[in-house]
Order: sequence, then structure tokens, then C-alpha cells
Amino acid sequence: MSEVATRPTRRPTRKDEAWRYSAVEALEGVDLDVWREVAVPPGESWSETIVIEDGADTASTELRRLRIDVGEGARCAIFAIAASGEFARIEIEVRMGRGAHFEMGGITVGGRDTVREFVTRVVHAEPEATSNQTVRSVHWGKGTGNFLGSIDVVRDAQKTDASQDFKGLLLDRGASVNAVPQLEIFADDVKCAHGATVGQLDETARYYMAARGIPPELSRRLLVQAFIGDALVGLSDDDTRERLMRVALDKLDKHL
Amino acid sequence: MLQIENLSAEIGGTKILDGLSLSVGAGEVHAIMGPNGAGKSTLAYVLGGRPGYEVTGGNVRFEGKDLLEMEPHERAAAGMFLGFQYPVEIPGVSNVQFLREALNAQRKHRGEEPLTGGEFLKLAKEKAALLKLDMDMLKRHVNVGFSGGEKKRAEMVQMGILDPSFAVLDETDSGLDIDSLRVVGDGINAIMRQPGKGVLLITHYQRLLQVVQPDYVHILSQGRIVKTGSADLAHQLEAEGYDKVMAA
Repeated sequence: MSEVATRPTRRPTRKDEAWRYSAVEALEGVDLDVWREVAVPPGESWSETIVIEDGADTASTELRRLRIDVGEGARCAIFAIAASGEFARIEIEVRMGRGAHFEMGGITVGGRDTVREFVTRVVHAEPEATSNQTVRSVHWGKGTGNFLGSIDVVRDAQKTDASQDFKGLLLDRGASVNAVPQLEIFADDVKCAHGATVGQLDETARYYMAARGIPPELSRRLLVQAFIGDALVGLSDDDTRERLMRVALDKLDKHL
Repeated sequence: MLQIENLSAEIGGTKILDGLSLSVGAGEVHAIMGPNGAGKSTLAYVLGGRPGYEVTGGNVRFEGKDLLEMEPHERAAAGMFLGFQYPVEIPGVSNVQFLREALNAQRKHRGEEPLTGGEFLKLAKEKAALLKLDMDMLKRHVNVGFSGGEKKRAEMVQMGILDPSFAVLDETDSGLDIDSLRVVGDGINAIMRQPGKGVLLITHYQRLLQVVQPDYVHILSQGRIVKTGSADLAHQLEAEGYDKVMAA
């Protein structure tokens, strides 16, 4: 009860930076104040998989909000996919302790007029922490994928090494992706990198595959698989990787 | 097995092939030589059905079927292999995955059972050894980071695994050093020099033809075959040049 009362209950609009590309109208009736809070104790490791996929209880708006405090020398890894819901949003706020590491691999896929997004805020609050975020978005129809990622490096957080990498793949005219990297750096001895690109399927590669007997729908699947694979490079568990890949490719197949 | 009749084709409105006719029988190797811009690569791509290459006249029959009516992947499944002058890099897709998908897609198209992972690897190892390509190379992504020579060897490994009945090889010899040229040439002989198979070998130079002896040599110029001869024609071209031989 107290948690709900202490948070602002104002509904976000598209004028709010972190909701700029969101389907804010789909938030009607959704409890915005439900955050899952996790503290990773110093020196420990915590990893989590977040999967928003078609299921009996999948709602048309899926909101997952996670706040993580990564203790000194601790390690946190999150691999997530937003593949269902008319509007799906995975929001992660991370506070990095000294020498901590945060690894995130995110995937959005979707068609029709769905909106699926990742919104992250990584605060390097202490020195020598490292963070690495890789997001891949594949959209078709009039589907939209977003990655709004901010990295804050406070004045004392020297030797921070933070990176953010986004790539969007659009399969149809009408689909879109938005990438908003936001870096606020107040320390002077840090490495912060971000990159964002948007592209289409490589038709030269598809022709090469066709010339070896691979039909168009299969070459598309293989190239999408290769594209998404980047987000799962840091995932050591084969079963989880296969599961996330299967969720993404099933969505793609249904579009065919 | 391949009959090309009066074939004309354009790229972006520019006429490249202009009434080309050629017939390749089973068990034959035909070489096509010609100066730059004669239409050699265009011929290869038209036979391979590459988008952007528009056929404006003539027809092509492959083992009795209308080749030009088929989609590119159907041509491959029907037994046609196109060796690329510039093999394409596909990051994120391993050679093993690529070739297994390709072979099984072809088999499915022909109504055959797919090969299992184990069966496929056995076949891949055998063909890689034939072309002296390290098996580790096949685990890497398709052509990514391969040298020019490695790409061409990998193309021949692909050909060995897919086992086509007809190969159109577009300047497979370009970018090869002498040793690689020998390996690739021996590979072509081993895979394609068989009674039921045919080869169309497109090349600038005579050196590959010393390893893969052609039954016929054609000179392509301005989009059509202007001269046909035996293997000797290639020697003559090397010695005298295109202008002199074509004028004769």
C-alpha cells in the first residue's frame, strides 16, 4: 500500500521522454506502480529471463518493470524478449555498484500495429563498473520496436565502461523502429559507446541462398535468426537461448 | 542438357545479351571466354535467375524444362549450380547450417528425405577434404573473413555437397594462386566430370582450362557467341588476343 501511495499516479503521455514512442493509450487501467525490486548482494551473480509471448493469460498490454541494485563486484544478466501484447514494454532501471557488471540482451519482434519496447536506465553510481546492452528489433506490417536507453555516469564513477548497441530490421514498408540513446556523463575517465542502425534484409545474401536451393521464406528465417543471435551472444545457457530464439521465430513464421 | 536459344537480356534497360544460342550436352564441359563487358557474368546470372536481369527474348531449356519459368531456388533443386565470381558473405549463418538447410531444401523439393545432422557432417567432411578445406572453416560463418582463394574453395565444397547435374561457374579462377587453381580445377573435375553432368565454365584466362580440359570453347562478344572451337581456341586466344582471333 505504502509503495503505491509514494509514487506519482499521473498517467504518462507521449510528451514524457521515456514514453515517446509508446502506445500510452493502451495503459488505461494498467497499474503503473508495480515494480519488481531486486538487490544483487556484493560479489554475487543474478540472472533473469523475461519472456512476453502468446499464452492463455497474455494481456493486450504487457508491462514489466524491474529495478535492480547491483552490489559491489556483483554481476547481473538479463535476457528478454517482447513478442506478444498489442503494447509490450520491458523497463529496467539498474544502479551499478563499484566494479559491478550488467549484461542485457533484448529482442523485440512484431507486426500488425503492435508496439514493443525496451526502456532502460543504467546508473553508474560508483567507479569501475561495466555494462553492456544489445537490443535487436525485427518488425513487419505496421509494427514498431523501440529502444530507449539512458546511461548516467555520476561524477565519481571513474573507469566506467558502458556500451549500448541497437539494430533494427524492417521486413515491410510501414514497420518502424526508434532508438533513443541518452548518455549523461559527469566523470572524465570513462568509456561509453552507443550505436544504432536500421536496415532491411540483405537481398544479395537472399539471392545467394536461393542459388543454393533455399526458398525465400527459409532464407528470411535464417537471416532473422542470425540477426537476433547478436542479442543472445552473452547467454551461456543453450536451452534458454533456444527458447528465446524459438519464441521470436514462431512469431515470424505466423506472419508468413 | 542445356539449350539456350536466341537469348536476349537487359539490365536496367541496357541490352547485354543479344541473341545468344548455345547447347551443352551431358558429359560435356564448355568454356566461355570473352573480353570485358561481353556479357559473360550476365549470362551466368540470367541462367541463375538473379533479380534485375530481365530476359527480353529467346528461351532456355534445362533437361527438357523451361528454365526461365523457374524461381532461383527451384533451378538449384532441379540440379543447376551457379558458382559466383564474388561469393557472398552471410554473417551469423555458419557454412554447416547454410549447406545443410540448402541440401535439405533441395531434397524436400525433389520429394526426398532430409539428411540427419550426422549424415550431413559425414558428407561435408568428405567434400571438404577433397577441396583441401579445413573442416573448421565450415563451422565459420558463410564466407565471412575468407580470403579470395578460400571463398572459391568453399564454393567448390558447396558444389560437392549439393552434387548438381549442371554447373555454371562464373570466373571461379579469379583471385586464385597457382596451387589453389590446381585444387579448384581438380575439384571441378572430380565433382562434375561425369557422364550425366554438364559444365559451363566462364573464364578470362586459359590457365584454368589447362586443368579442366574443355570439350568446346566459345568466344562471347557483344552479347552473342561469335566463334566456337576446340580447346585449341583457348590457346590461340592466349597467344594472339581477342581482337585478332575474332577478326580471323
